[in-house]
Amino acid sequence: MEALFQAAPYTGWVYPNETVIPWSVMIVIYPYITGLVAGAFTVSSLYHVFGMQRFKPVARFALLTALCFMFFVPVPLLLHLGHPERALNAVLTPHWTSAMAAFGYFAGFYIILLLLEVWFMYRPYFVQQAQQQSGLVGKLCRVLSLGSYDLSDKAMSYDHKWMFALAVAGIPGAHGLHGYVGFIFGSLKSREWWSSDLMPVVFLFSAIISGVALLIVLYVLSCRLRKTPVDLACLKGLAYVLWGFMMFTLLLEGLEFANIVYKGREGIDIIIQYVTGPLIVPYFYLQFALGAVTPIIVISYMIWRGTTGKALIVGVTVSAMLVLFSVLMMRWNVVIGGQEIAKTGKGLVSYHMLMLGREELLAAAAVVAAPLILLLVMVRLLPPWIQNSTLSSSPVSAR
Amino acid sequence: MTQDIKPSLVARDGGGGDIVPQETKPSQAARRAFLRKLAGAATYTGAAAVGVGTLGAMQNAAAKNETATNAPPPIPNYDWTKHRWAFGVDATKCIGCLRCVEACKRENNVPGDAHHFRTWVERYVYLEGEERPHIDSHHDPVNMAASGSEKEYRFANRYKDAKVEKAFFVPKLCNHCTHPACVQCCPTGATYKTEDGVVLIDHKYCIGCQYCVQACPYGARFFNYEKQVSDKCTWCYHRITKGLQPACVEVCPVGARVFGDLKDKQSPISLFIRNNRVSVIRPESGNAPNVYYVGIDKEVG
Repeated sequence: MEALFQAAPYTGWVYPNETVIPWSVMIVIYPYITGLVAGAFTVSSLYHVFGMQRFKPVARFALLTALCFMFFVPVPLLLHLGHPERALNAVLTPHWTSAMAAFGYFAGFYIILLLLEVWFMYRPYFVQQAQQQSGLVGKLCRVLSLGSYDLSDKAMSYDHKWMFALAVAGIPGAHGLHGYVGFIFGSLKSREWWSSDLMPVVFLFSAIISGVALLIVLYVLSCRLRKTPVDLACLKGLAYVLWGFMMFTLLLEGLEFANIVYKGREGIDIIIQYVTGPLIVPYFYLQFALGAVTPIIVISYMIWRGTTGKALIVGVTVSAMLVLFSVLMMRWNVVIGGQEIAKTGKGLVSYHMLMLGREELLAAAAVVAAPLILLLVMVRLLPPWIQNSTLSSSPVSAR
Repeated sequence: MTQDIKPSLVARDGGGGDIVPQETKPSQAARRAFLRKLAGAATYTGAAAVGVGTLGAMQNAAAKNETATNAPPPIPNYDWTKHRWAFGVDATKCIGCLRCVEACKRENNVPGDAHHFRTWVERYVYLEGEERPHIDSHHDPVNMAASGSEKEYRFANRYKDAKVEKAFFVPKLCNHCTHPACVQCCPTGATYKTEDGVVLIDHKYCIGCQYCVQACPYGARFFNYEKQVSDKCTWCYHRITKGLQPACVEVCPVGARVFGDLKDKQSPISLFIRNNRVSVIRPESGNAPNVYYVGIDKEVG
């Protein structure tokens, strides 16, 4: 049976109530997943809004990835809530002074936007399948086509207008949703580790890199599974995007840390003690050295040497995996780290994750794996790879 | 939410072209141009309205604007507009007997363990030759071992062989702040400020997100695992609204805890504040706490 509560070991002086850590690994997973959504959407926008042709091979896939992950964004929150059955209270009677109150609306708006964009993108496919297929798939496509089989140029151009508008609206939508997650932490004045104006921006940029990295890994993996060659121009483009945003992320994170240390407000002693003690491995070695600096060096080297072929694929994919790991560590170091530094400013608490339980390791791994499984099913139902003329995906600017 | 939201009137073009189908081409073109301008103007008006609305929303969301809930409690013979409760602690009097902590646990059905407290007492001990104090509370494993029971609390005599320069106890509890960060961040409004100055939690409405637990700079809130909701001191609201004292005040054998009505100039708390130079803990938080202390020192936070 699951323990009723888990007391956290501590050193120094901590308030009695601080010996139970409020936010578990689920609150680490939540911004991680939202971030992947924002990042994947960014890649899709690079093609659908900005018309960057080299991202065409992954544009549709990026949107499906964003959708699959978005479906699971509320799951870690529901697993965390003491009363998940009351979750809708926050939507029915939102208390607007709370940074959390608008989450339901933001998430709801964004998921509808994603669904609409995916629908417009696959409408020609639905129409085609509705006419060709019989049985369950045909029936489903007939329902999804909403009874209109009009694929004339006029209709398609109308569709494109909508898709473009949705893709444009999705940029502030996706990024707003994630910047907002950063605000939930950054706006709390009770924790020095969180209370930073840069927090929403740091969250946003790390979100973008995590999403781009996820797409790189999934794209390369999918090419292997489909036994098709990787589009190197596309992969290199993604590596450029990753590299650029990583520079920003690293700079912002450095600035944030420098601010905390330089200002040296009350409680700085314990922060320094924490950062140079329990946090040295997860923060400096794993998040920065391994997860951020290494991929930057690897990608820089490959750009400089003009690496191509298999070496490029391996290098970029490994870098992307490191970035995915780095961003997960960043979420961990922010969410768990902030709570391990006691509010007293005179002690440290330590969080321990168990294997089994509603808010423990296995459940967290399942929440991260679930969108990937859904994506696996989704790409079978809605193939994003077919270079079929009936698939409506060209950006407006490219027309 | 007490604020009225007035939807801004935005001009719309109304699709006039469909209503009058047959017109000459030049006039149609002129009309379209006009409608386009109108739509543009409407967009700008809309954007401005959104901007002003956002500004208003930000002002309302600011911590300083916490308003009391407008539904008074259904308590007979109690008018919450006639009281403003406050709490005082005279740390020079506290002897660390912890009767207050045990009384609170029983009175309020607080989980009986060393990790959940609505009120607690801290011990500050300066040893000779040391600059920083040793701080502990009854939840400390050494003190819990001295008690021998998860439901009873005492301070172990751990400094009996040390040369103590200065030592004192500080009782702590929810500060029922005037600008409570916990109320500000509650996404559902389950926690709220009453008209008589108390911060309460509706345990039947709380979703258990624990954002408020994070937001409280004093560590006064905890997650009640039995009820799966946030929990904290209520100044024994069920007692004070019937004319009784909070349980911790009632049992304190030395009068270190003082409670009363600021609207009554002769109440114990009014006299306490008037006759002493009082301070509050962490005023820099901007929360404007309402527990007034006498006899604490710079290390108390």
